[in-house]
Amino acid sequence: MNIYEEHGWKMEPSRNGFGRALADLAERHPELVVIGADLTESTRASYFSEKFPDRFFNAGIAEQNGVGMAAGFALAGKIAVFSTYGVFAAGRAYDQIRTTVCYSNLNVKIGGAHGGISVGPDGATHQALEEIAAMRVLPRMTLLVPADAEETYKATVAAIEEIEGPVYIRFGRAPVPTITDKDTPFEVGRARLVKDGKDLTIIACGAMVAESILAAEILEKDGISAQILDLHTIKPIDEDAIVKAAQETGAILTVEEHQIHGGMGSAVAEVVVRTNPVPMEFVGVQDRFGESGQPEELLRAFGLDYQSIAQKAKKLLKRKK
Amino acid sequence: MLDEKTRERFSEIARRIRFDIIKMTYHAGSGHPGGSLSIADILTVLYFKYLRHKPENPNWEERDIVILSKGHACPALYAVLAEAGYYPREEMWTLRKFGSRLQGHPAKDKGLPGIEVSTGSLGQGLSIAVGAAMAFKYMDNSDRRVYAILGDGEMQEGQIWEAIMAAGHYHLDNLVAIVDNNNLQIDGFVPDVMNIHPLPDKFRSFNWEPIEADGHDLDAIDDAFAKALEIRGKPAALIFHTIKGRGVSYMENEAQWHGKAPNRELALRAVQDLGFPAEALDRDIV
Ligand SMILES: Cc1ncc(C[n+]2csc(CCOP(=O)(O)OP(=O)(O)O)c2C)c(N)n1
Repeated sequence: MNIYEEHGWKMEPSRNGFGRALADLAERHPELVVIGADLTESTRASYFSEKFPDRFFNAGIAEQNGVGMAAGFALAGKIAVFSTYGVFAAGRAYDQIRTTVCYSNLNVKIGGAHGGISVGPDGATHQALEEIAAMRVLPRMTLLVPADAEETYKATVAAIEEIEGPVYIRFGRAPVPTITDKDTPFEVGRARLVKDGKDLTIIACGAMVAESILAAEILEKDGISAQILDLHTIKPIDEDAIVKAAQETGAILTVEEHQIHGGMGSAVAEVVVRTNPVPMEFVGVQDRFGESGQPEELLRAFGLDYQSIAQKAKKLLKRKK
Repeated sequence: MLDEKTRERFSEIARRIRFDIIKMTYHAGSGHPGGSLSIADILTVLYFKYLRHKPENPNWEERDIVILSKGHACPALYAVLAEAGYYPREEMWTLRKFGSRLQGHPAKDKGLPGIEVSTGSLGQGLSIAVGAAMAFKYMDNSDRRVYAILGDGEMQEGQIWEAIMAAGHYHLDNLVAIVDNNNLQIDGFVPDVMNIHPLPDKFRSFNWEPIEADGHDLDAIDDAFAKALEIRGKPAALIFHTIKGRGVSYMENEAQWHGKAPNRELALRAVQDLGFPAEALDRDIV
C-alpha cells in the first residue's frame, strides 16, 4: 500500500474523467465531435469513440492538422475536441492553437494528456512540463488543470457546456488520489478552498493538490497551519482568492508539476506583486527536462513530493515577517 | 546478395537483437517492442555492413549519421549499439530506469555513445537528416552519409513531407530515408487511420528514388542499401515491408504490442520463440 491508499484515497488517472465526460456529453450534445491523433485509448477519447464512432475522427499522427481540423469543425458550428499528449498539442500545434483557434475565437477544446513528470518511464519527450506557460499567455484561452479524475470530469463538462471559445484542459497519465467527489463544487475561475489554515497558503493544481494535502499534514505535526487552495483554473485566474490568501496567511507557496518559469506559480506571483506582496516560494520543475523513472520516484527526485513541499513551506515561513 | 557466412552471422546478430529487445522491455516493465522488432534486420545490415562508423570512437569526424526518427523503437537501436560495442551489454537492462543512459526515448544529453540526437516526438528526424546532409554535401565537401529511420505512421506528420520536399529540392544523394513499413501504428492499420500510400509514387514526385524491399530478408535488405548508395543527384527512400513484432509469434502484426512490455510468462515464451534458453531472461548468458 502506498501513502495515498493508506490515506484512504482511491487511485485513478485524471484522464479517465476526461473520457467519461466526453462519453456523457455526447449523449446531450449531438454537435460534439472528437478528433484524435493516434492516441485514442491513451487519452481516453476511446470512451467516446467506442460509443459514438460516427463522431470520432482520427487525424493520424498529425497534430497540427488535427487542431486545424477541429477549428474547421467549430467554424461549421460543431463543438470540437482535439486530444493528444500535451507536448504534441500545446507544443507541436502551438501556432495553430494561437492563430487559428484563439485569434479567430473558435469553439475548440483541447484535451492535453500526459501533463507532468509523473508520465514516468517514457521520459522527457513525453512529459509535458511547459503547457501551462504556453497556453496561459494566449488571449481568449481558458486554461484548466483539474486535480483528479472527478474534477477533470467537471472541467470537461464546463469547458463544453459553459464556455464558448478555446479551452485547454491539462490532465495526467498516472493514477492519482481521488480527493473530490460528485458533490464537491467546481466553478471555472474560482479557486477551491481545500483546507483552512492561518500560517501560509499552499496554492496547487493538478495532482499536486493531493500532494499538498499530505504536506499540510506533516506541517500540522510541527504546529504549522497551512491553508490549501486548488487552483484548477489558471486562466482566468481567481484574483480575489489569491489576494485573500495573501492577506489572511501572509505567505504563499505554489505547487505544480510544471516548469517553475512561466507556469501557475508565475501566474499567482503576477497577482501577488500587483496587489498584496507577501513572501512566496515555488515548487515545480527547476528549469530542466524530465527523464525516465517511476512516477513516485520522479516526484521525489524533482522535489515535487509531499515531503519536499513541506520543506519548502518551512523555508518560506522563515521569510515571513 | 550476402555470402553465406555473412548471412548466417547477420541472422544470428538480428536474432540476438530481438532477444535483447524482449529482455530489455521485460525488465523495464514498459517500452515499445513491436516497432523495435520490425527494424532488427534492417539495423543489422546497416550497422554491420554499410554504416561507416567507429564504435570505439563514436565522435569520429568522418562517420555517417543515423537518426532514429521513430525514437520509440530505441530498444532496437540500443541493442545494435551494444552489439557493435558502443557500450557494455549489461547496461541494456537499465532501460527506462531512473538515472539510466537508456532513456524511454533516445536522449542525447544522457551521453550514450552512438546516440546522435534526441528523438521521440515523431516527424522531426528527417529534417535534421536533411540539414546534416546539406552541411556534409555543400559545405564540408565530404562524402559522409545520413540515414534517417522513419515509421510509416510517422509519415503522417506534415514535417516529414516538408523535409521530403527539401531533400528532393537540394538533390541530397548522401541522404537515405529508411521507412519501416510495418503497416501498423497505435490506433490500428496505417491505411485505416490515415492513409499514406502510395509511397513510391509520392517519393518519386518529390524527386526521390524509391526502392522497395522485404525488410526481413537479409539479402533483399543488402541489395536495397547497395542500390541506394549508387543513386546520384537525388535522395533514396528505402521502403522496407516489415512485420511489426517480427520474430515473436504472439506479437506479430498485433497493434496492442506497440507500447507494452511482455509479462514474465509472455517474455519467456518470446525468448523460446527466438530460440534462446529461458534462463537467459534473468542471467547474462547470451
Ligand atoms: C509527434 C508525436 N505524436 C504522437 C506520438 C505518440 N506515438 C508514439 S509511437 C506512435 C505510433 C507510431 O507509428 P509508426 O510510426 O508506424 O511506428 P511503428 O509502428 O513502427 O512503431 C505514436 C502516435 C509521438 N511520439 N510523437
